[in-house]
Amino acid sequence: MTAEDDSYAVLGALGDPVRRRLYRHVAGAPEEVGRDAAAEAVGISRSLAAFHLDKLVEAGLLTVSYRRLSGRTGPGAGRPAKLYRRAEGEFAVSVPPRSYDAAGRLLAETVERAGLDLELQAAAKAAGAAEADAAGADLEEALRARGYAPFRDGEVLRLRNCPFHALAEAFPGLVCGMNLALLDGLAGEEWSARMAACPGGCCVALSKNKNH
Amino acid sequence: MTGYQLAQINIGRLLAPRHSPLVADFVDQLDEMNALAERSPGFVWRLVDDAEPAAVAAHPELADEKFQLNCSVWESVEALWEYAFRSDHLRVLSRRREWFERPDGPHQALWWVPAGHRPTAAEAMGRIARLRDHGPGPDAFTFRDRHPAPEARAAGVRV
Repeated sequence: MTAEDDSYAVLGALGDPVRRRLYRHVAGAPEEVGRDAAAEAVGISRSLAAFHLDKLVEAGLLTVSYRRLSGRTGPGAGRPAKLYRRAEGEFAVSVPPRSYDAAGRLLAETVERAGLDLELQAAAKAAGAAEADAAGADLEEALRARGYAPFRDGEVLRLRNCPFHALAEAFPGLVCGMNLALLDGLAGEEWSARMAACPGGCCVALSKNKNH
Repeated sequence: MTGYQLAQINIGRLLAPRHSPLVADFVDQLDEMNALAERSPGFVWRLVDDAEPAAVAAHPELADEKFQLNCSVWESVEALWEYAFRSDHLRVLSRRREWFERPDGPHQALWWVPAGHRPTAAEAMGRIARLRDHGPGPDAFTFRDRHPAPEARAAGVRV
């Protein structure tokens, strides 16, 4: 099997719509999710949720840990709960084959070498602002559409996912700066983007400005 | 846990001397960025006197008014990464082209030091030179080409 075949095998596990809803719920959740909570969120029985969650683990899309939810220990504390979270790996296929990631790396390398950070940030900020205008007041939905997997943490919107992860790992100064500018643009006048890293996710959070 | 910590050096040449209004935005934020580094998880130490005579003798650019050097020690590569790219430091870093010349060679080097070792400016500048002359290796590497800490049993053998 080629790497592409592997990706098809993994992504094939998401063909089932119930399983896909479970995956989205767990992947977008701020913390690890237990079977009961996942079943309730998706509106299915606990045993059906357990079946599908374990299929997603087998496929390599989710990983598992065990923890006692009650915080109790020792005899009588019960068995530790099985908790699910998004796996680290990244899977993509396109038909016909496209290599936007390879193009992205080459462009990033060239932009960095040419020292065009500020030009890139200006373009990112303008793109964010244009999208904010189109999306109207619904920043959360715009962030979701961009793949940031936003969730509310009190008054703050935190971002569970970094849509530029692999590129940001390779060109952090350039790409994280671009991302920050994009979010500055998306934030518009009602919100402010600030640095507040979400473990395993984006390093930016958005808070509502006081006068709005 | 290993008996090693991560040292880093970062150099740059400002577009104007330190007292010039052209780079005031950068210079004004230095104290704040240093304080942020010092209270970041995994911070160990940072070099304050970067112009010791021995270092200047070997690396005359250290005496240049436009030359900026930043050298520090961290618990791990990940701890330094969190500070450099995932804290308020990114706000300053992302404006680097407003204040600094475009580097024509490596401007950052990482290397492992035995826990407790404090690099000198001369030692740190030597790592940049090694990266420039030989590319990334265990003695001078980058975020993109990381090298693991040496085995603890080698502690004390090499600095």
